[in-house]
Amino acid sequence: MKLSARMVAVAAVLATAACAPQTSDNSSSDKDEKTGTLRVWLFQEVNNGPKEQVVDSVLAEFEKAHKDTEVTVEYIPVETRAQRIKAAFNDPASAPDLIEYGNTDTAGYVKDGGLADVTAEFNAWKEAKDTDPTARQSVTVDGKIYGAPYFVGVRALYYRTDVFDDLGLDVPRTQAELISTAKEIRTARPEMYGIAVGGAYTYGAMPFIWAHGGELATGKGGSYASAIDSPESRKGIEAYTSLFGDDNCPAAKCAGMGGNDTVTAFASGKAAMAIGGDFSHAAVEAGKVKGKYAVVPLPGVEAGSIAPAFAGGNNLGVLKSTSHRTLAVDLMKRLASKEAQGALFEGMGFLPTFSDVREQVAAKEAFVKPFVETLAADTKFVPASPAWAQIDSSQVLPTMFQEIVSGKKDVASASGDAAKKMNEAFGSAG
Amino acid sequence: MTVPTSSGALERRRVRVDRGYSRSSPRLFRGSGIPWLYLAPALVVLGGLLAYPIYQLGLISLFHYTQAQVSGGEATTFEGFGNYAELFRDDQFWQVLLATVVFAAACVISTLAVGCALAVLLTRVRAVPRLALMLAALGAWATPAITGSTVWLFLFDADFGPVNRVLGLGDHSWTYGRFSAFFLVLLEVVWCSFPFVMVTVYAGIRSVPSEVLEAASLDGASQWRIWRSVLAPMLRPILVVVTIQSVIWDFKVFTQIYVMTNGGGIAGQNMVLNVYAYQQAFASSQYSLGAAIGVVMLLILLAVTLVYLRLLRRQGEEL
Repeated sequence: MKLSARMVAVAAVLATAACAPQTSDNSSSDKDEKTGTLRVWLFQEVNNGPKEQVVDSVLAEFEKAHKDTEVTVEYIPVETRAQRIKAAFNDPASAPDLIEYGNTDTAGYVKDGGLADVTAEFNAWKEAKDTDPTARQSVTVDGKIYGAPYFVGVRALYYRTDVFDDLGLDVPRTQAELISTAKEIRTARPEMYGIAVGGAYTYGAMPFIWAHGGELATGKGGSYASAIDSPESRKGIEAYTSLFGDDNCPAAKCAGMGGNDTVTAFASGKAAMAIGGDFSHAAVEAGKVKGKYAVVPLPGVEAGSIAPAFAGGNNLGVLKSTSHRTLAVDLMKRLASKEAQGALFEGMGFLPTFSDVREQVAAKEAFVKPFVETLAADTKFVPASPAWAQIDSSQVLPTMFQEIVSGKKDVASASGDAAKKMNEAFGSAG
Repeated sequence: MTVPTSSGALERRRVRVDRGYSRSSPRLFRGSGIPWLYLAPALVVLGGLLAYPIYQLGLISLFHYTQAQVSGGEATTFEGFGNYAELFRDDQFWQVLLATVVFAAACVISTLAVGCALAVLLTRVRAVPRLALMLAALGAWATPAITGSTVWLFLFDADFGPVNRVLGLGDHSWTYGRFSAFFLVLLEVVWCSFPFVMVTVYAGIRSVPSEVLEAASLDGASQWRIWRSVLAPMLRPILVVVTIQSVIWDFKVFTQIYVMTNGGGIAGQNMVLNVYAYQQAFASSQYSLGAAIGVVMLLILLAVTLVYLRLLRRQGEEL
């Protein structure tokens, strides 16, 4: 067998020539040029015009302040951002200097070695002291800061005023009332969901777990342990999953739904309530229910309390590989400044990350009031661990909710299995 | 595939020695590199497009290789067969593997049954219905998998789907139950892969001498009997090819599951190996674990193909 001997020889040569898979050298650049071209990647929003205007006016001032600098902005589609940003980390030569990124990705990107540590600059920045604590937490990993919060997104309870009036119902003040009200509506209006919920809507489910005193995970820094199977968390899971069924939102329909599906159901008039974000406002306004709904903070367990909400949103970060570090950090501060965030709110409706700016805009725009109240009450964030990206993308929590609502497992065993998977991820990703 | 020679004596000897086999090279070239020179262009292409990616796949599967390693955030470490050990310890992997094997087997059998039945039907109908059937099949064949999946999903949609309306099922959800979701995907897979079987087998039937079929029907053989005792044995090489093709395609099914069950169904109940590998490798950025799943799939498919070829050879058939 001459052929196989030859092949073995070729394989052996190849194996010794390249004994490890390819990696890119992503060490921080030692260059810090004060002129040249800065490349920026921001997310392409659904209606991107106003965002571009805000960014352009910031850029004009930036280019005026720094001679011989030029900024090119590329708006990247949100759906393919993960691939784009991974590719940027893999190929520092063609990577941008400054990026916008989802705040749940912070820890993962830091572990990938993609983001630059800007702790010193951030702390020296005058405006940073008004950044609200959860927003600050969303750029912090192991006590170091890796960017500037750009805007926050938070969810609250949308409900149909006309349906509530017709049926003579009061707006629920506790989660128990929320569940019973939802079921009452379903009984009176069988063609509607009482409250639209989704088995894959993790961030809609989290407030139920947090309101009952549960947590996703406990710990700090590198070592997290899942707390999704604690007695408190289980109570919250039970409350949320009790909303799936023929008496509110049939599991056959709702188990597979995600956040957008529930908002779409509400906007098209198929649901009397839904948990939607401030960013869902435009979608609901464009739907059939325009003018027939209102928003209140999602109630907690006690009457009058507000369930802790997940503080989503985006950050801006400087890439470790940039060769224009000083300029990039300056541009980051300008784009995320109080003035720019205020303008971004005017144009896009994105909530500012500065507590004081947020209060000012809430006074002007009535619809953001419940969201600002929710933010002021209590907000929580996902574990600042690179494992979170893995837990999120391997659908650990949606799988748990779906196993329960489809009757495959009970709350105890499903949450136990989810905790095991989370701990494995925390263990392997650190 | 023989290398052309000008010598009649050599040709005769070759025939005598090889009995029609085309495997060994003519003695004239033995020891010289000339055959390799002729084969070089094909080997270079094969090496570049086949061997190198498989080599990389195998290599990556031996390391701890995630996004952090790719972008240089952490050092790459050699794990040996650690990824495989992790995979084989994972209960979900075995469940997914079992589901994949059963699902692929069901798809292959259904595709072959539908494809062969329609191929026979094609030979029995007049020109116009034959043309119509051909066009319909080619349409299904030409439809991209993602489009086909979306359309099928819409046909069976719980709220707006025409199927529920026609059958009077109200708002029954086809993708909620595990078997009903797999069944729906099976329908789509059969729909988009039967045309290949049908066209190939039809071409095969056309090349069967009509006297043989005529003789069989004069002897009073039924349609099923003709297929079993005359057509199937004569079409064996073609059936082997379409079976192996179908096994490979259906084992690797990705788009249909990904689109129709929204990435693996409720609580991952409709996950197949390829979707599982995608989730591990790309969604979770665990490239090394995904590569290990890829290698396992490759080995399974190679084994299936080799065993199948071996069985046929033992029965005295040559491809």
